[in-house]
Amino acid sequence: MKLQALAELVGARFLTGADQGEREVTRAFAADLLSDVLAMVREEGVLLITGTVTPQVVRVAEVMNMGAILFVRGKLPTPATVEYAAGAGVPLLATGKIMYETCGILYQHGVLPAKRKGLPMDHVPPNPAHP
Amino acid sequence: MSPPIPPIHKRIFLVAAGDLEGAGSVSTAVRRTLRELGVEPDVVKRAGIVCFEGEMNMVLFSQGGRIILIVREDRVELLFSDRGPGIANIDLARQPGYSTAPDWARELGFGSGLGIPNMEQNSDRFEIHSRVGEGTVIRSTILRGVHDDTGDRGGARA
Repeated sequence: MKLQALAELVGARFLTGADQGEREVTRAFAADLLSDVLAMVREEGVLLITGTVTPQVVRVAEVMNMGAILFVRGKLPTPATVEYAAGAGVPLLATGKIMYETCGILYQHGVLPAKRKGLPMDHVPPNPAHP
Repeated sequence: MSPPIPPIHKRIFLVAAGDLEGAGSVSTAVRRTLRELGVEPDVVKRAGIVCFEGEMNMVLFSQGGRIILIVREDRVELLFSDRGPGIANIDLARQPGYSTAPDWARELGFGSGLGIPNMEQNSDRFEIHSRVGEGTVIRSTILRGVHDDTGDRGGARA
């Protein structure tokens, strides 16, 4: 899906990178924990949906070669962070919708979940026997 | 054992404690340097992740330190050394999900206990030494020419 179409679906506006509205994203990862993004996102070009607005969000998107960042819950990064993203070529979008609704709309319109990397803890049973 | 291949590039970066605005800038510079040197994209990405995790740990938890990037024909090495509280139990710190991070670090999106495991996962060789009350030293080695296209790496521990 093109970023421009995605923005219209979730009522988002471009904070930077509006000239990259034709950029395609096919998969998304939603998290506020940047540690999880760093440890779990496998592919490149993935859309990051997050409510975390620290400068490190853009650094993480850079390190992980992500396609764009969509901020949810009406949260906005500082102008310095937006400026940094513009220099780094990372499009930033923002919507007032909550993460659940944003993800629901995009999933319904065919944006696929990002493939998750395996972690050593995956081998631990999710429900250890109760004592 | 043959001596290591001499470096084709070496650079030292200083990391300031608590510099949240600048945190991640070393990782950005390392990735740019590696790309300019023509290092393989997969190696650049893994080095970027290892560097970012190590840099964030230094900014959040230490009193500052330095990161040394060494590029050789066959590998990229990242050496992290900091002054700080050190890690009391390294075996625990290497377990995914174990964290001693305070709430303020978690509110920034970090401290979920995946940092050191993720550094190890993206390294081909990984060494960590720490002394409580003095600091921590980490050496990550990423071998070049070992292409990985699945994204699932066994990491140094496998």
